[in-house]
Amino acid sequence: MPTIEVPKEKWNGKVREITLGATAAEGGTRAKTVTVGGETTLPFLHFEGEIPRPPAIAIEVQDRKPVDWSPVLLEAWGDVTEDVAAWTKAAAEAGADVILLKFSLHDELSPDYARQVLRHVLDATGLPLIVFGPGQADLDNDVLVAVAEEGKGENFVLGVCEDKNYRTIVAAALAHGHLVNARTAMDVNLAKQLNILISDMGLPLERIVMDPTTGALGYGMEYGYSVMERLRLAALQGDGMTQQPMLVTPGEEAWRAKEARAGEGVPQAWGDWAERAINWETLTASTLVESGADIVVLRHPESVKRVRGMIDVLMSKSGVTS
Amino acid sequence: MALSGLEIYKLLPGSSKNPEVKKHANCKECGFPTCLAFAMKLGQKQAVLAQCPYVEEESKAKLEASAAPPIRLITISANGRKLEVGNETVLFRHEKTFYHEPGLFVRVKDTQADAAEVAKAVGEYMVDYVGMNLTMNGVAVEAAGGDFAATVAAVKSACPLPLVLLVEDPAAAEAGLTAAQGTQSLLWAATPDNWEAMAKLAAQYKVPLAVRAAGGDLDALAALAEQVKGAGVEDIVLDPGVRDYDSSLAAFTQLRRLALKHNERNVGYPIIAFAGDDPVLAGQHIAKYAGFVVLDRFSSGTVYPLLVMRANIFTDPQKPIQVKPGIYEINNPKPGDPLMVTTNFSITYFSVANEIESSGIPGWLLVADAEGMSVLTAWAAGKFDAERIAKSVKTTGVAEKLSHQRIVIPGHVAVLMGELEEELPGWEINVGPREAVDLPNFLKMQWG
Repeated sequence: MPTIEVPKEKWNGKVREITLGATAAEGGTRAKTVTVGGETTLPFLHFEGEIPRPPAIAIEVQDRKPVDWSPVLLEAWGDVTEDVAAWTKAAAEAGADVILLKFSLHDELSPDYARQVLRHVLDATGLPLIVFGPGQADLDNDVLVAVAEEGKGENFVLGVCEDKNYRTIVAAALAHGHLVNARTAMDVNLAKQLNILISDMGLPLERIVMDPTTGALGYGMEYGYSVMERLRLAALQGDGMTQQPMLVTPGEEAWRAKEARAGEGVPQAWGDWAERAINWETLTASTLVESGADIVVLRHPESVKRVRGMIDVLMSKSGVTS
Repeated sequence: MALSGLEIYKLLPGSSKNPEVKKHANCKECGFPTCLAFAMKLGQKQAVLAQCPYVEEESKAKLEASAAPPIRLITISANGRKLEVGNETVLFRHEKTFYHEPGLFVRVKDTQADAAEVAKAVGEYMVDYVGMNLTMNGVAVEAAGGDFAATVAAVKSACPLPLVLLVEDPAAAEAGLTAAQGTQSLLWAATPDNWEAMAKLAAQYKVPLAVRAAGGDLDALAALAEQVKGAGVEDIVLDPGVRDYDSSLAAFTQLRRLALKHNERNVGYPIIAFAGDDPVLAGQHIAKYAGFVVLDRFSSGTVYPLLVMRANIFTDPQKPIQVKPGIYEINNPKPGDPLMVTTNFSITYFSVANEIESSGIPGWLLVADAEGMSVLTAWAAGKFDAERIAKSVKTTGVAEKLSHQRIVIPGHVAVLMGELEEELPGWEINVGPREAVDLPNFLKMQWG
């Protein structure tokens, strides 16, 4: 009987290992740090390479109760959304490895306000943080510079750095000991280029997380999926500028979709609202985990549970038979 | 394994060492100027080997073997509803495309009182996604100690879709196949213990047969496939006997690589996967190489996202689904009703059009030619700028249908406002919401 040889590919590249957060010994105040990256094969193919650690799950909390979130999400969190510290604690209990603090857009938003909010969150959790500004260039710069200084040495990920707006954020990361999230619009070459621009400013590649932009299920997910597969293949083939760990935001994208937001006036074939909405987020996230995501940012606690369950089994090496 | 044009050229008369054959080099009888040109066309599947009268027998055999798809196309059907899976050529969709969407099946047991009812719901399910009607592909009927033949008959009459018969006892299998006659079902499964009897049934009833090994043992799986093929069954489906995320990913990836890159004929068949009650696992099966996915439960809130995911992954990356640029009239608009502009990427168009339509607000939707990209992507690529929007306003003649000169642009491209004012003198440019879902509210508040 002929024996089938396990078909293995040879890769000579490796995803960079990046650590989020810093403990007291490392100049921060975090109770623990989280390291991502280090893969030497495609996602979870333990039979041909190293997957040294699971992808990390970040849960998004906002500085104040979101005005535009689906009721399905707000109900799941309950009253804690009224208070960022309480929300942060609840997110840690829901199984987050990392907390993503997102500042929303409102009149009170100022550098001082941002410092205060950050303080509350730092006091509420010992987990590493990712901090995103409200998404408008000037405000992002104001908020992130203040936050970077206030949390000096904590080794946050600051975001979002885009090609039109990365200098101030990168400078703040350099000055105060943080990482950055480099986001580009679903394109392999744009992603490489931004990594180069940022590292040219002097920020080591060990401090850049790459965000290839996420499309929700049904709204362009497959574009992000294929760009991520191509980036990961390039990284494994040895292209040094594609070897950053990847961060994606399936929670934010999926919950913008009508399927997740609308409970009424939708076709009957869409089925139960909560079931559909949570499936929308988990399927978007799980598909991106399979294409190489190292950090997934989620919103619903049930999605966190399901994606964690999937990752646990994918890391169990049950598929290694030889 | 498919040969390249140059590899094919080495097998044609132009490269022959036999002078009797070589003398026909570049004879043009195939309709192409040279053997090399013909080889290139063969490689692109734009010509057939029969066009060359002089190709040697040995070469012919090699070329025919290489032309057989590395993963066999398997067809099952019922009442004119057909499912084709297999015939895939790549490991990653960006390398070319994935061709045949995996079939989604719901399992019912012959001990289940509502089997026919579930089957009926599965058969009737249809959901619209960007103008496509997405449907389930069939029902998997399991012999679990009840009346298998009666359940198969009941399911068949309740649901017009193809069936998978989940049965290992050959006698029950035959009863099921008899009850399913008139359909082309998939028979699951032949195992090392029952394969002779199952292969005989599959050959007799002319149905595809799944072979099942235990625990991801691909040697055993390939051996079983070879035995079944030796017994006269050509249409084979593989079940490597793995059920969890990690072992499915490993086994299915290995099978796909073996078939495509290692020319391992004995595993050149589609895979059947069992996702249990876990939509996330079913999602993995869809993206990573299953041909048939069996779910344990039917629920709209779960199958809708899965069907959309399947449509996404199996979209040809070279051809984003587009709609025709132009003016779309929604809810019978009048000259005073709002004008909105978006791109011709189908997902974008349908998101916007569906929101306007379901709000009941009449409006004019101008679809600009952005080469099938979404608003943000097109804007980043320079395919949806002020010039292009102005051009579509002018070329469609939409101004003549309106009593106003106001246009709503997507919130994501608010930066275009100034330029667009210059491109369209006399027009009022309004910045709309970033997401289509917020459009009805915007129109109610802002337009008037």
